[in-house]
Amino acid sequence: MINAKPTLKSTFKALLYLAPLLIITLVFTIWPLISSFLMSFYTKYNYFTNKVSALGGANFVYLWHDPDFHLAVRNTLIFVVIVVPVTVLLSLGIALLLNRINRLASFFRTIYFLPFVTSTVAIALVWNWIFHYNHGLLNQLLSCFGVHPIDWLNNPRYSLIALIIVCIWRELGFNIILFLAGLNNIDRRYYRAASVDGASSKQQLTNITWPLLTSTIVLVTVNAIITSFKVFDQVFALFHGTAGPANADLTMMYYLYQKFYVENQYTVAAASGIVLFGFIAIVTILACWYFRRHAKLLGGNQL
Amino acid sequence: MKKACKNIISYTLLSLGAAVMLLPFIWMLVTSLKTPAEAIVIPKMWLPKTLQWTNYVQAWHAAPFARYYLNSLLVTSVTTLGQLFTSILAAFAFTHLQFYGRRTLFAVLIALMMVPGELLLIPNFVTLAHLHWIDTYAALIVPWLASIFTMFVLRQAFQAQPRSTYYAARIDGANDWQYLWHILVPANRTTITAVAVLQIIGSWNSFMWPLIVTNSDRLRTLPVGLTAFTSEVGTNYPLLMAATLFVILPLLVLYLLLQKYIIAGITKADLKG
Repeated sequence: MINAKPTLKSTFKALLYLAPLLIITLVFTIWPLISSFLMSFYTKYNYFTNKVSALGGANFVYLWHDPDFHLAVRNTLIFVVIVVPVTVLLSLGIALLLNRINRLASFFRTIYFLPFVTSTVAIALVWNWIFHYNHGLLNQLLSCFGVHPIDWLNNPRYSLIALIIVCIWRELGFNIILFLAGLNNIDRRYYRAASVDGASSKQQLTNITWPLLTSTIVLVTVNAIITSFKVFDQVFALFHGTAGPANADLTMMYYLYQKFYVENQYTVAAASGIVLFGFIAIVTILACWYFRRHAKLLGGNQL
Repeated sequence: MKKACKNIISYTLLSLGAAVMLLPFIWMLVTSLKTPAEAIVIPKMWLPKTLQWTNYVQAWHAAPFARYYLNSLLVTSVTTLGQLFTSILAAFAFTHLQFYGRRTLFAVLIALMMVPGELLLIPNFVTLAHLHWIDTYAALIVPWLASIFTMFVLRQAFQAQPRSTYYAARIDGANDWQYLWHILVPANRTTITAVAVLQIIGSWNSFMWPLIVTNSDRLRTLPVGLTAFTSEVGTNYPLLMAATLFVILPLLVLYLLLQKYIIAGITKADLKG
């Protein structure tokens, strides 16, 4: 019964209901979480026998000195710094536009959300074809504006941009849906009251929509940060199982994959996973802190 | 007048954006119906002279796509059903049963939701290797049979259920198990459909995990099979685009049919935390 005090019998019964979820979670989430932390400190590890003969920070020292890892961190940071703000601002803008029009709003919403339901790998292959140097659609379209053909996928100067375009294109829809939900949660009466008082639509945007949307903006930003740091599928498909020309699209996740699956350096890969996790945690906390401060300045709702 | 002007700008911007969103899909479809020569001709032509439907037949037979389909269907359906089963049971325990450590356990699970799954990749691979599960269906399915996210969304829904139905059912002689499957689950079918559809999308499109835990062709799911296919087909872009369409089409149809559930699922999950 719901409001009764727990007894040994009721606890046992609840455990039966919880068991399937708990067992899977224990084996495939909790244990590996502990294990990946431990593994990053193994320096002599035989994965066949699961024997550890030495512990230490050597894996992290290795990462510290590995130029490939530096490149992966650099690429990932550039990627995140461009993708996150562009995605958040574009999707916010589109959501505001969608919220303003009366007709066809759901039609547009359907289209913008399409990329999200399609396999990342499959659609990245389509983009690979669009970016093709000689026969691709993009260079053909650009030539109409007098732009010389760009070797999107083989020139290290452009290949990260290609990846960024694909990722923004894919992430927009999901964020638009979140923003639309956030906009929907704002009480219409605020706007009516503001109109009665003669507030312009720009004033309504800065004084009602913006402050009341703060928590959604935080949610979308944090979500975009986490997804961007972990980018992998797009790289794999866009560059046919490589990290781009001269490793120009080597992301941290791709580095982890390479060390783990291609080079079988499990412990170094585990350490790079921990570093990636650390980056995500720090940037997420910074973003939350920044918005919290600004929410206060704007007099918006407390997070 | 000013309003009409604003509307025109809004619709123009949105249409431009929509065109960019749709372009890859259209280009995939158009290319898949061309001959290889038509695909690479400059200037680009939008429509082929005759529609090359045989590209689909050719692509279908160029790799074991039937097998990939079966694998993807099997993995997606078993994972989704299993995950719903474990989540429904746990959500019920958290909302309708009393037990020691309920709050603590729930807090621990919620905290685990923040852990990025990629961090667990390597140790999970090692676990599976020790179970001798690498390159089996079990490796593709079992680790994904529990989702704290799904459980969390269902718990929110179950909690909103009025208590009186529960007491009424109990007085009428139904036990907890019967109440759960005959009353609570049917009453929450919208939420359950929403999380199920999200899970189907995730499972169908999942790439890194199946790539890592399978080696043989007969166990490949569609996305993994497709990337293997790219290296075989080389520069025959029409065939490649036809194969890409195989992977995308089922979910596109599912999305257009169940759109409102998907959107409800996302907004529910993320905003009512």
